[in-house]
Amino acid sequence: MKAPEEIYAILKERFGEEKIEFKEDGKVVPWIIVTPDAIRDVTKFLRDDDDLDFDYLMCLSGVHYQKENTLGVTYHINSTRKKHSLTLKCIVPEDNPHVPSIESVWKTANWHEREAYDMVGIMFDGHPDLRRILCPDDWDGYPLRKDYKVQEYYRGMKVPY
Amino acid sequence: MPELRTEEMVINMGPQHPSTHGVLRVELVLDGEIVVDAIPHIGYLHRCFEKHSESMNDYQQVIPYVDRMDYVAAISNELGYAIAMERMLDIQVPERVEYIRVIFAELQRIASHLLALGTYGLDIGAFTPFLHCFRERERILDIFESTCGARLLYNYIWVGGLSHDVPDNFKNKVRDFIKYFPPKIKGYNDLLSYNKIFIDRTADVGVLPADVAVNCGASGPVLRGSGVEWDLRRHDPYSIYDRFDFDIVVGKGEMGTVGDCWDRYIVRVREMEQSLRIIEQAVEQMPDEGDVKEAIPKRIRPDAGEVYARTETPRGDLGYYIISDGSMSPYRVKARSPCFVHTGLIPTISRGAMVADVVAIIGSVDIVLGEVDR
Amino acid sequence: MGLLDKKFEDSNIIITSLDKAFNWARLSSIWYMQFGLACCAIEMMATAASHYDFDRFGIIPRSSPRQADVMIVAGTVTIKMGPRIKRLYEQMSEPRYVISMGSCATCGGPYWEHGYHVLKGVDRVIPVDVYVPGCPPRPEALLEGFLKLHEKIRSESLAKKKTA
Repeated sequence: MKAPEEIYAILKERFGEEKIEFKEDGKVVPWIIVTPDAIRDVTKFLRDDDDLDFDYLMCLSGVHYQKENTLGVTYHINSTRKKHSLTLKCIVPEDNPHVPSIESVWKTANWHEREAYDMVGIMFDGHPDLRRILCPDDWDGYPLRKDYKVQEYYRGMKVPY
Repeated sequence: MPELRTEEMVINMGPQHPSTHGVLRVELVLDGEIVVDAIPHIGYLHRCFEKHSESMNDYQQVIPYVDRMDYVAAISNELGYAIAMERMLDIQVPERVEYIRVIFAELQRIASHLLALGTYGLDIGAFTPFLHCFRERERILDIFESTCGARLLYNYIWVGGLSHDVPDNFKNKVRDFIKYFPPKIKGYNDLLSYNKIFIDRTADVGVLPADVAVNCGASGPVLRGSGVEWDLRRHDPYSIYDRFDFDIVVGKGEMGTVGDCWDRYIVRVREMEQSLRIIEQAVEQMPDEGDVKEAIPKRIRPDAGEVYARTETPRGDLGYYIISDGSMSPYRVKARSPCFVHTGLIPTISRGAMVADVVAIIGSVDIVLGEVDR
Repeated sequence: MGLLDKKFEDSNIIITSLDKAFNWARLSSIWYMQFGLACCAIEMMATAASHYDFDRFGIIPRSSPRQADVMIVAGTVTIKMGPRIKRLYEQMSEPRYVISMGSCATCGGPYWEHGYHVLKGVDRVIPVDVYVPGCPPRPEALLEGFLKLHEKIRSESLAKKKTA
C-alpha cells in the first residue's frame, strides 16, 4: 500500500518534474496533475509496474472550470491487489481541448471518454469511436458547460418548459 | 454443392422491448443465428441529473435526484451520496443512525436482487418466480413504508442523519422477516435455480473471463460471478461494515464455466442469504437510544475541494465525485454508475452467442437504465 | 352489419344498446402495451403482480403495440425517445387509449426546470386520455386511473358526434 506522496516521488523520478505536478490542496486526498502529452505513458507505467499495479480505472470525469477557462479530465485509479488509489488530472485550454485517449490502457475508459466528450466537449485523440453517447447525435452544444444555453426546438418538439 | 451466399443482417432490438429492462437499444449484427456484434445505444433515459445537482440551492436537495438514478435500489444511492458528503464535511453520525442505515441498505439489497431474479426468470420464460419474488418484495416495502412513507423512492438518508426515526415495532417486524425469508430462498432454488431448462439456457452462456472483467471495470455480482473475490464492504469498508461477519460469494462454475450467466445469477441468490446474516447481527447490536437528526448540519457550506467515495450497491461499485467551490450549491457532482460500465461490456460478452442468448446475457448483467443514463 | 356502416348523426335504440354491449366488452379486457420507461415501470410491475392484481380487471400485458389497446407511458419521456413513442402510438390500432402514469410523463416531473433532455409531458407528442399523478403513483392510484378510463369508455358511442 503506497501513499500518494510515494507514488509521486516514483513518477517524478521517471518522467521528470515538468510533466508531473503534485497538488497538496485536495480537501481529502491530494492529486497529481499530468501534462496531456505524458498522460498515456504515465498511465501505462502505472498499470504495468509490478510495485504500483493499478489495474482498475474507477472513474473518468470531464469538468469545466469556468473561472480559468479550462477543461479538465480527472482520473481515479485503484489497485485491487495492492489496495491503494490515486487521483490524476489533466488540464487543457477551452479553445483547444485535445487529450490523448487512454482507452488502450483500460477498456473502461471507452465509454467514459465518450461521455466526457458529449457532456463537456473534450476531444480525445486516438479514441476508436468518439461520438455522442447520451444526447442525440445531432444535438447542439455541450450541456455540462457552465455557459450552456438550451435550444428551443429539436425536430419539432419544444424543449424548455 | 453450390456455394451458399451469406450476408450479415442487422436487427434492431429496439428501445421498446419486453426483455431489455428499460429503454435500451441493441443493434445486433447477425450471421444467421450467431451474433457477430452487439452495439448498445443508450441515452433514451438521460434525465440530466448532473445539471440538476449543479442548480440546486442546497446539498440536501440533491438527494431526491440521486434516488431516481438506480430506482430499484434507491437507498444505496442515497447512502453513497451521504457518505461522500460526510467525508467532505468531516461529520461523524451517531451509532444508531449507522445501524439503521446498514439494516435498510441490506434490506434494499434483498429487494433489488428479488426484482432482478424475478425479471430474469420472466425473460427466460418462467412466469411464476416473478410473482413469488414480488410477494416477498411487498413484505420489505411494507417495512420501508411504515418508516418513511414511500414505497420506491424514499428521500430517507440525509447528509448527517436520517429524515425519520424508525417506528416502535421496527425490530419485531425485521425479526419476523428474518424468520420468514430463508424457506423462500429454498423455494427459488427448487423452482428456478436448479431447473434443467434454466440451466440449459444460462450455463456456459456469456462467459466473462476474470482479467477482461477487471480491465473493463466490472464490479459487484458481475465481477464476483467471474471468480474475482472483490467486495467493497470488505476491501474498502465504509460505515460500520467492518463489525459484521459475512462471506463474499464468488462464482465457481458449478454448472458450466466460471463467469457464465448462471454464475452471476447464483451469486445474487446467495448474496441474499449473506445480507440476511448482516441484518440479523445489526438488529441485535443496534442501540435503542439516540437522536437520528442531531448530526444533520443546519447549513451545508463545505470549503472548496473535492471528494471521491464509493459504496457497494446491489449492482456494483457506485462512486460519487463531488467538487465544491465554497458556495451553498455543488459545483460538479459526477456519479460513476456500475450499470454504465456493464452496458459497455455487453458487446464483449455476446460476440459468438446466439440471438436467444442475448436476452439471457442482458438479464444476467442486470442493468437499470436510470443509472446508465442518469 | 350494414346498419352500422352508415354514419349516423343521432343515436337511436339500436345504437344505444349496441353501445352498451360494445363498451362493456372493450372495457372488460383492456390489454396494455408494457412500455415501462423508468421508476414508474417498477410500480406498474408491482400492480401487475399478485398483491395488487391487474388481472382481475381483465388487464394483461402484451409486448407488441399491434396487440394492445392502451399504452401506459410509465416514466420520463426524453427528447431522444419522443419520436419513437410517436411511432409506437401510430402502430397501435384503434380504439386506442393512452394513460400517462406519473408526474414525469404528465408534465416533466422533477426535471421540469433544468432538464434539457426531458420532454415536458408526453402530451407534446401524443394525445393522452387519463393522467395519473404521483412520483411514483401507488398501485392503487394506477388502478384508479384505469377505473377512470373505464368511465371514459363507457361514455363512448358508435354514433359520430359533431365535436371538433
